[in-house]
Amino acid sequence: MSRIAKMFDELRGKKEKALIAYITAGDPDMATTEQLLKCLVESGTDMIELGVPFSDPMADGPTIQAAAQRALEHPFSIQAILGLVKKFRTYSQAPLILFGYYNPLLQYGLERLAHDAREAGVDGFLVVDLPPEEAADLKKAVDIQQLDMIFLLAPTSTDERIRKVSDISSGFVYYVSITGVTGARESLADMMEVSVNKIRQFTKLPVGIGFGVSSPEHVREIAGFADAVIVGSAIIKQLEAHAGMPDMLSKVGSFVKQLKEATRI
Amino acid sequence: MNYPDETGHYGPYGGRYVSETLMPALIELEQSYNLYRNDPEFKAELAYFLHEFVGRPNPLYFAQRLSEKLGIKVYLKREDLNHTGAHKINNTVGQILLARRMGKTRIIAETGAGQHGVATATVAARFGLECDVFMGAEDVKRQEPNVFRMKLLGARVIPVTSGSQTLKDAMNEAMRDWITYVRNTFYIIGSVAGPHPYPLIVRDFQRVIGDEAKSQILEKEGRLPDLVTACVGGGSNAMGLFYPFIGDKGVVMVGVEAAGHGIGNGPHSASLCAGRQGVLHGAKSYLLQDEQGQISTAHSIAPGLDYPGVGPEHSWLKDSGRAQYVSVTDDEALAAFHELCLTEGIIPALESSHAVAYVMKAAATLKKDSIVIINLSGRGDKDIHIVAEKMDSEV
Repeated sequence: MSRIAKMFDELRGKKEKALIAYITAGDPDMATTEQLLKCLVESGTDMIELGVPFSDPMADGPTIQAAAQRALEHPFSIQAILGLVKKFRTYSQAPLILFGYYNPLLQYGLERLAHDAREAGVDGFLVVDLPPEEAADLKKAVDIQQLDMIFLLAPTSTDERIRKVSDISSGFVYYVSITGVTGARESLADMMEVSVNKIRQFTKLPVGIGFGVSSPEHVREIAGFADAVIVGSAIIKQLEAHAGMPDMLSKVGSFVKQLKEATRI
Repeated sequence: MNYPDETGHYGPYGGRYVSETLMPALIELEQSYNLYRNDPEFKAELAYFLHEFVGRPNPLYFAQRLSEKLGIKVYLKREDLNHTGAHKINNTVGQILLARRMGKTRIIAETGAGQHGVATATVAARFGLECDVFMGAEDVKRQEPNVFRMKLLGARVIPVTSGSQTLKDAMNEAMRDWITYVRNTFYIIGSVAGPHPYPLIVRDFQRVIGDEAKSQILEKEGRLPDLVTACVGGGSNAMGLFYPFIGDKGVVMVGVEAAGHGIGNGPHSASLCAGRQGVLHGAKSYLLQDEQGQISTAHSIAPGLDYPGVGPEHSWLKDSGRAQYVSVTDDEALAAFHELCLTEGIIPALESSHAVAYVMKAAATLKKDSIVIINLSGRGDKDIHIVAEKMDSEV
């Protein structure tokens, strides 16, 4: 059983939903990311989405764009990101997926990527600009290494597309709560529960919800009907607010603890 | 084989590398386009606006003095004489008619130099649709007159301050807007780039350039040209000229990219000559990127060529050998700009000047009386400040 499947099983037993935290690797530098990963899991994060920064993040709002820009002020390499994962695996068995855009992965070489990622302890991939129609090459490489491929569904997805995405996904299905880019928002989208219930008609995989989730209240609401809640920009905003201060990790940690608390139903 | 294939690919290139939110919109666009592309009413309406509003057909002009100097026969396809002064409007007229039929009420576009932005704002005004144009903040500064033209035409110009603050970032921001307002918004992409079906749609709306040129040259010379050439940034004016000649094996097709200060000498925009395969803005194509797949910042003296990618069909034409791609430096383009001003009384766009420069260089290698068609994709009034600066002069 994959680490991701095992996590969802265990959480079900504890009547908890998964808290998935997104951070961008290298924002503002690799040493900080290394500390943050530890802080996130120690504060209750169940799973990590580690962002691979890209120069042209088409689906991201200002917060994650800025994170990528900060990360790319230093030399970027997939190897360095995999190095972070290796260190992470010395103390944590929390699932970790790489989240990003296709081009940096493609340039690394897809077979090499899947191989090296598994060796480092990565559990899967979510590639924002890679819909099922274009995913055959990466999916093949990922399958050989028995890793998971997570795909997105959106409020605009038709039944036909929900089926297509469900058929190719493994690990979980990521429902984008809004028609829009990533970014913390004041209020949550309507109709999420209806959409999740519809997705469940097509797949037995867990359904996670992300984009726009910014507070423990949001998390609590989503945890009522989804299997996982994904928070990205709101965590990065905490980082920004406390950047360079001695209490940064404790501030991020206490924010994440509140989010995790809200997943217990 | 006819490209693109059913999945929107040109050999290994093209496709749809976009987030899921946009997939249904692209499928809807493809279905609508397939419905209307052969619809007699749609075609008649497009023909009407191309004739009455754009001013087509434009001349295939024999450049007599330049021809005498070069010892070949040079014809200029006068896209500079279109309404708004460039080829861009051929496509925006087509796409806005499509948008209206699809019931979309809001138009967005990206623009680099501002030519596509102006062409989009123009048709949006003509049809009374709301229009937002995304433009890199750097370009907003460099292209002030076009920004003002867009505002006069009722469009909102939104400066983009992320990344390199140029065309690629404007396109990112337009995509982000489209992801957010996809239900009522039509995104008019300005080049043969972006996710399928855009490269196909833009090619189809621009092929009028090559269709006209072909019948005009047959009328004037009684035979097909030996060479057709055009500048390539994203590649829409080149694709428009080339496409009707693809099956004519005797016609050599040369796309001219912008080499900036010279390839190997700092940033440039020659994705096909000096880039590698990658994925940007929804399609696989040749790209300027670093070893790790981060996109490079492009440079050209011609703002409209300043883009690190290129339309996927050009990548395919390169690999298949059907078209050749060369590059021309800023200085060579500038020299060609002056040459055309002085020998033909035509002020060309700096973009188009790249194609003129290539022909000036290649003329010596061509047989005497070879027939060459250059796509004069736009007029150069917009560039006079750039040229004046190079001449240490003032406008």
